[in-house]
Amino acid sequence: MNAESQRAQGLRDDLRTLYQEIILDHGKHPRNFRVVEHHTCKAQGNNPMCGDRVTVTAKVDRGTIADIAFEGKGCAISIASASMMTDALKGQSLDTARKLADAVRDVCTGKDAPAEMEPYLGKLAALSGVRQFPVRVKCATLPWHALLSCLDGPPAEGGQIKTPAEGGQIKKPEATTEK
Amino acid sequence: MTAQTQPKIFDVNKVRADFPILARRVHGKPLVYLDSAASAQKPQAVIDAISGTYGTEYANVHRGAYYLSEMATRAYEDAREKVRRFINAASPSEVVFTKGATEAINLVAHSFGRAFIKAGDEIVLSAVEHHSNIVPWQLLRDATGCVLKVAPMEADGSFNLGAFAAIIGPRTKLVAVAHVSNVLGTILPVREIAGLAHAVGARVLLDGCQGIVHQPVDVRDLGCDFYVFSGHKLYGPTGIGILWAKPELLDAMPPYQGGGDMIESVSFAKTTWAPAPAKFEAGTPPIVGAIGLGAAIDYLNSIDRAAANAHEEELLRYAMTALAQVPGIKLIGTARHKAAVQSFVMEGAHPHDLATVLDRSGVCVRAGHHCAQPLMELLGVSATTRASFAFYNTHAEVDALVAALRRAQEVLL
Repeated sequence: MNAESQRAQGLRDDLRTLYQEIILDHGKHPRNFRVVEHHTCKAQGNNPMCGDRVTVTAKVDRGTIADIAFEGKGCAISIASASMMTDALKGQSLDTARKLADAVRDVCTGKDAPAEMEPYLGKLAALSGVRQFPVRVKCATLPWHALLSCLDGPPAEGGQIKTPAEGGQIKKPEATTEK
Repeated sequence: MTAQTQPKIFDVNKVRADFPILARRVHGKPLVYLDSAASAQKPQAVIDAISGTYGTEYANVHRGAYYLSEMATRAYEDAREKVRRFINAASPSEVVFTKGATEAINLVAHSFGRAFIKAGDEIVLSAVEHHSNIVPWQLLRDATGCVLKVAPMEADGSFNLGAFAAIIGPRTKLVAVAHVSNVLGTILPVREIAGLAHAVGARVLLDGCQGIVHQPVDVRDLGCDFYVFSGHKLYGPTGIGILWAKPELLDAMPPYQGGGDMIESVSFAKTTWAPAPAKFEAGTPPIVGAIGLGAAIDYLNSIDRAAANAHEEELLRYAMTALAQVPGIKLIGTARHKAAVQSFVMEGAHPHDLATVLDRSGVCVRAGHHCAQPLMELLGVSATTRASFAFYNTHAEVDALVAALRRAQEVLL
């Protein structure tokens, strides 16, 4: 194989890594695509660059996410990320949810997620394909920004973006502004 | 590759050689640049004019009583004259240099708008507008209490002249519309729009960013009152744009920004303005940007522009036919009068995913809302993929786009 065709193969592999079967599956058939009934929090993530929008609703009961769902429009990466996020977080504690948001960001930006989070990541590890596509990282993290706004927002139907509570390792979401 | 009827009158390979970037590769593939509507590539003549100015002829303009400043001033003002001739304005004093088309529209909204548009007055826009021809008017509305109205379009993206005539009236003070839609490629019937607008006493601003690229523009023939465009879409540098306006308007309009170079005399009690265009060019202007735009205009005058535009039209027809044959693709914007811009959506594939896959084939297209979110809403899509063509594009590049789209279907569907 000459250098050129090796390179071409590498590029195809990058695309296959990005658009793995599980990403395409969740992108086309998103799970938990609805509004949580009697949700206790709600927030929208909006990527002003492309117009993609994800609205996350959750029902939090005594520090545990009893139910979580999303609705929205977006590319395969953002919809798959949102879908897998809702699958991963149902039944988890708020603390785990926040740690998982950090771990997903690590996965997407090429850092190693903390070993303790590996079991929680599961299929979310498939999002690591975006590492080779820097402009697409925001697509993968968009629903997680919405999640953090949801969990940190006011208990009512607030929907606006707030800086997470002190002590959290999570930075203020930069890609999520809502008017 | 199915290289079909290449127009014999236009030697595309000859002009391609003038654009050095077109020879490069992306991800190991030949660059297929189909995003000229976002920003066009630059001919060597423009690159040389920019580096030549900085290398040998650079100083601030309108200030120094020394040779270099005189040279720079002359080159800057020569560029203004080149723009004047290019758009057939009556005088170079009608040509205001701005940092872009966006600033030009903001200038009109701020200066003309705040001086002449009052609460209850109406501004009419079209449904296809770019955010840069929406948001400045919303800011003006919020400041003055004027009313914004939107002229509708047909399903194929053509302008509905009858509906436009019905929504304008004696309260309409300004009609601000695109000459050519950046998303749909629709060429708006701007002469008819201007005629109807003037009949009710309204002024007309044309956003010519896409319009001036694909056809000759004669501002006096179009019958508009303001015409704006950007340099970088016309093969010139970024950071330079043009506001052309009728002289009586520029005379009546107050300054947009205050600063050096726009005054006649300054005292702490009272300052008087310089006449246009200096009145609207406060501070050190984009000197080299203007000179670079002048070089781009020289370049366009050096090629057979009619043949170049005919080549673009032919590419568009070829692309529309080829794209329509790809299963699952729906063309967005099929008006009869169109410039070389084609939006489309592919069933089951989001435009961003498409653009990512196409990029790996060396094909650059725009994906997203194209700064026209209200139009996206009307079209019932959140985003489209857009291929836009310049005279340096080839039939083989259209074929490469289509082949890449078919590969994308393998990856994404």
